[in-house]
Amino acid sequence: MPRPADPERSPRLEAVLRPTPDGLWCAGGAFFIDPPRPVERAVITHGHADHARAGHGAVLATPETLAIMGERYGRDFAGQVQPLAYGERLVVGAVELSLAPAGHVLGSAQATVRQGGLTITASGDYKRRRDPTCAAFEPVPSDVFITEATFGLPVFRHPPDTQEIARLLGSVRQFPERAHLVGAYALGKAQRVIRLLREAGYDETIYVHGALERLNQLYEHFGILLGPLAAATGSKADFAGRIIIAPPSALADRWSRRFPDPVTAFASGWMSVRARARQRGVELPLVLSDHADWDELTDTLAELSPEEVWITHGRDDALRRWAELNGLKARALHLVGYEDEDDD
Amino acid sequence: MRAFAVLLDRLSLTASRNAKLRLIRDHLADTSDPDRGWALAALTGGLTFTAAKPAMIRRAVEARVDPELFRLSYDYVGDLAETAALIWPARHGANRGPDLSEVVDALTAAKRGEVQGLLEGWLDALDADGRWALLKLVTGGLRVGVSARLAWQAAADFGGVEVPDIQEVWHAQAPPYADLMAWLDGRADRPSADANGRFRPVMLAQPLDEEDLSKLDPAAYVAEWKWDGIRVQAVSEGGVKRLYSRTGEDISPAFPDVLAALTYDGVIDGELLVMREGGVASFGDLQQRLNRKAADTRVMAAFPAGIRAYDLLAAGGDDLRSLTFLERRARLEGLVACAASDRIDLSPLEPIQSWKALAALRATPPDGDPKAAEGLMLKRLDSTYEAGRPKGPWFKWKKDPHLVDAVLMYAQRGHGKRSSFYSDYTFGVWFCQADGTHALTPVGKAYFGFTDEELKQLDKFVRDNTVERFGPVRSVRASRDFGLVLEVAFEGLQRSKRHKSGIAMRFPRISRIRWDKPAGEADELATLERMLNRNG
Repeated sequence: MPRPADPERSPRLEAVLRPTPDGLWCAGGAFFIDPPRPVERAVITHGHADHARAGHGAVLATPETLAIMGERYGRDFAGQVQPLAYGERLVVGAVELSLAPAGHVLGSAQATVRQGGLTITASGDYKRRRDPTCAAFEPVPSDVFITEATFGLPVFRHPPDTQEIARLLGSVRQFPERAHLVGAYALGKAQRVIRLLREAGYDETIYVHGALERLNQLYEHFGILLGPLAAATGSKADFAGRIIIAPPSALADRWSRRFPDPVTAFASGWMSVRARARQRGVELPLVLSDHADWDELTDTLAELSPEEVWITHGRDDALRRWAELNGLKARALHLVGYEDEDDD
Repeated sequence: MRAFAVLLDRLSLTASRNAKLRLIRDHLADTSDPDRGWALAALTGGLTFTAAKPAMIRRAVEARVDPELFRLSYDYVGDLAETAALIWPARHGANRGPDLSEVVDALTAAKRGEVQGLLEGWLDALDADGRWALLKLVTGGLRVGVSARLAWQAAADFGGVEVPDIQEVWHAQAPPYADLMAWLDGRADRPSADANGRFRPVMLAQPLDEEDLSKLDPAAYVAEWKWDGIRVQAVSEGGVKRLYSRTGEDISPAFPDVLAALTYDGVIDGELLVMREGGVASFGDLQQRLNRKAADTRVMAAFPAGIRAYDLLAAGGDDLRSLTFLERRARLEGLVACAASDRIDLSPLEPIQSWKALAALRATPPDGDPKAAEGLMLKRLDSTYEAGRPKGPWFKWKKDPHLVDAVLMYAQRGHGKRSSFYSDYTFGVWFCQADGTHALTPVGKAYFGFTDEELKQLDKFVRDNTVERFGPVRSVRASRDFGLVLEVAFEGLQRSKRHKSGIAMRFPRISRIRWDKPAGEADELATLERMLNRNG
């Protein structure tokens, strides 16, 4: 069956926001959204490294995202910074710009550009389900909705968070002599796993890899309380029955040898596919994603029902097919440089 | 079904044997009858359905999901049952998920045309893990890395009994094993083992430590060849005929030719071999007959199987296991003579003059059959037949392994405790290319034989000398001038079409790490070819 053809490019819409190899270019405001290379003026949707790079002339983002970039890249990560809180409208040149919560990680925002009666929303990465570590996604009625499609296949239906956390705690009870080593991306996923554990009533000390410490402190600074944490240093016996959170790259690293016969867990949306878990030597896959799953993607498109859907990255073929079946105009932008943070 | 699905899901990703045992044991403790009995039946291979075909699953999915979206998804996931389980759209207000026993009962009673409807109703009612487990179960391939033996061990752990105690009664019971479970719970006595055609737990030998030989009295033992086939138990009682592997798995369906030859009334312990004109064919020939669910007439004719008898456990309704080896042997000789089948013969006894003479025999077996022996067995003349691996009555004295110096080519990360180590090694030997230069060709893979300390050194070598990465695998520097030589021990060689080198090793392990040996001096493929021709 042939793939659906992309709709014609609309000069009327591209006059407001135009996809380029350097990211989404807003001519009226003279800025790029999430540019992959250093530019003069950038609007950044969220702090993950593939969206937020160092070295721009000026950066506009939510205060939380600016703080995250400062933590990761050092204070002088950009020539100038300008915070913009959720819901405030700012006139930038010929356009009006506002940020709305995207529900992806702390500070994550959708960027909405309005000009000449047209509204285009670049949602960055987003999810629709509740996340105790960030503000919930707010739908913005738009003429063009720009979406990701990281999990844009109908096989991706993330189960409820509580169920995955219960599996982790169940395994800790079943294997009390082993450490449970949970791979979780350092920004967002790690803090979410910790908060979800607390909400499930787990109030033991949680041990963390050094790479998480500063971001954990930053989250606490923004009022997301993580409970008792400690550095994962000590002798093997100290970690029996304990939960340790580490960035995914540390799971198979020599670092992990300090733990007693660890159960390797990995918190990622990819973990619903067994082959992906097996490839990484994961014994306990936890399907926890900061990206919208298939139902969230399609429900969002149905809810907003924009004149056009633009798909930045991910499985655009399947999502375009769905849009076609449901009478929506969808176009793949094939923007390069964005990848899921877990998909290494 | 929910608990069973969770169990299968965990088992499918768990590598450690101890962790698997814990998962199964806890399942037996936490699940009620009859579901846990059915689970045990499924894990031991005693529960197979073939009513649901892949085409049926595909049809059911395509009735609910756009075929193009299904195709894209299947391309990504790569496994039909898993794709179907994940993509199946949730139906709100569906029935509650079925218990495992409901699924078993309904499928057993269903007529051919009813299976599809049953399946779709269950898929609507289950979550993704439940759907995956259901589809694995009904398509007859759990493949979660659990052997029947492991499941019995878990059941034994759960009930605080020994594995042979379970094996003894297993084949006299039927799924869902209510009486067996009641016994393991401590609520009832051990169920009866009386059933024609049941399996008797096998007696195994300890490996011989040659240092101990001087402490043994040669006059108290007899020797026989350890034939290179698979150990089986051939049961024929009251018209019931069965062939079991040494772990008690019923392999009868693949061997109708052997079953037909069981014209005696008794239980023979012997070696299953491919026999031609009274001689024993190679293990490679036997492999053509193994791991098949049913017999293929052509394969059966090309690879005729038979039994070389070692021992007799029962005859004419009498349990002979408490008799001595010599007494059982006398009964065995009589029984084999009466059976008079060209598919059953006796494993001859080799008298022991002295340990020195026996060592000489082991080193230079006479021509003919003993080439097909892995070594010698020593059996005490007065030994009763005891289940398990008792120390003292029986020893196995294997031939010295073959050794080859090979070069490390690839390393793969291990599992569980070894997940941070590159612990699985693919090694190769040199062969001469058309242009006269030498290149390596992989000849095997080994993941044990080294100490923990050596593992650390090997891991460091791999990390320091990585050339390329492919997921969990790394290729390492290996040229004539630089590379790590591994002395590999193995039991034998076979021709193999699946391996690029055309050769497959049996039971390879790392015997020494030759840090000192230049890679260019490792062995050549021609050396292995010669070994193959000599032994094949």
